[in-house]
Amino acid sequence: MKVRFWGTRGSIPVSITAKDVRAKIAAALRAARDRAQPIGDDAGIERFIDSLGFAVSGTYGGHSSCVEIETGAEDTGNEHLLCDMGSGARAFGQRMMERYGPARPQTYHVFMSHVHWDHIMGFPFFTPVYIPGNRIVIHGCHAELEHAFKRQQAAPSFPVDFSLLASTIEFDVMAPGDTRHVAGVTATTLKQHHGGDSYGWRFERAGKSVVYSTDSEHRLENAEETKVFVDFFRNADLVIFDAMYSLADAISVKADWGHSSNIVGVELCQMAGARRLCMIHHEPAYDDKRIDSVLAETRRFEEITRGDSALEVLSAWDGLEIVL
Amino acid sequence: MELSSTQIGAITVVAPKGRIDHAQAPLFQQAMQSHVAACTQEGSPLLLDFSGVDYISSVGLRSLMLIARSVGAQKGKVAIAALQPTVREVFEISRFHLVLKVHDTVDAGVAALGTAA
Ligand SMILES: [Zn+2]
Ligand SMILES: [Zn+2]
Repeated sequence: MKVRFWGTRGSIPVSITAKDVRAKIAAALRAARDRAQPIGDDAGIERFIDSLGFAVSGTYGGHSSCVEIETGAEDTGNEHLLCDMGSGARAFGQRMMERYGPARPQTYHVFMSHVHWDHIMGFPFFTPVYIPGNRIVIHGCHAELEHAFKRQQAAPSFPVDFSLLASTIEFDVMAPGDTRHVAGVTATTLKQHHGGDSYGWRFERAGKSVVYSTDSEHRLENAEETKVFVDFFRNADLVIFDAMYSLADAISVKADWGHSSNIVGVELCQMAGARRLCMIHHEPAYDDKRIDSVLAETRRFEEITRGDSALEVLSAWDGLEIVL
Repeated sequence: MELSSTQIGAITVVAPKGRIDHAQAPLFQQAMQSHVAACTQEGSPLLLDFSGVDYISSVGLRSLMLIARSVGAQKGKVAIAALQPTVREVFEISRFHLVLKVHDTVDAGVAALGTAA
């Protein structure tokens, strides 16, 4: 399986500003000026860019939650798997249109954590919904699943009503704990703490497993509850985890806001024996430098608390691909 | 949970020992109860001597949050001192150094709690 991140920001999309770009250029030029050796040819430029660190040479990006899971299954036809329809779904839709055009209909299976705006806002900009022949199946555990998508596109909030979308759109309202077999992948759900509830997803195929657990607050007082999550994360090759806040914030001023911390992410993954933790739903107020330093701290925390096996810690950015 | 307490002037110094992990945290919190209750505006300021604590988990940190909150509600004073290096790192990574005032040594903690208005 391959996981591709199209939207990694929490709560609301953000963009880097002219000031941010200028600071990155200035940092790069300072690093170039201070070098003893000339940068040299184009390959040298690429090496130099890589040496700058991601917070200078790249950006974590600003689209809200949208994660693609490429199953690698060959016998499943033109089926695609997606977690959530945040603003990142627009870019994903563009890619699909470039690849398949309007003449080759595709099926998109969307697994919804919940229906807060930041997780549905990309849907009206997901071009495949306007193309006849495409099929979009929206899986989720909220009774209001269909209502939330339709309301978002109703007047006076959007110019194109849901009823005018030319693709075939189906809603699959599941009971928590239900399983679906889609495109060679088995998908199971788990209810999470979040305003109006949210659901985590676990995808398995050919001995590999990915957990998508966003917008989930872990209340640490209940050991039974912790065990349920540890079992859900058990031996996962990748756990995609909402680490929006620091632990101190998550259990004090931002308690009941429905999000978790890097510390709890590492602990749950360690207890579950997961191989990789990838943090998402980045706080919109954080710039690239801040997210980078949270990543460095989280890696250090993993190192301090490591048991028998190491946990690889990553921080998601729009465009990141992880091969399992 | 092993927990020793001494009185240095007006200040109660409580020293837990070992790991405050998911299993030990409730016991730690329970053992702290009487000290927390006594830590009022007129009562004894409380200093946690963490020199004997070599690990603290998120649940342990949550216990500290609850202690800080209870003491705050009673207008008492609480601080923490003598963190082992890795525990200190965990404090910084979890931003708990913003929740509880951290002192390098017990002496420094006692001095600060003794003089603070
Ligand atoms: Zn969200
Ligand atoms: Zn939400």
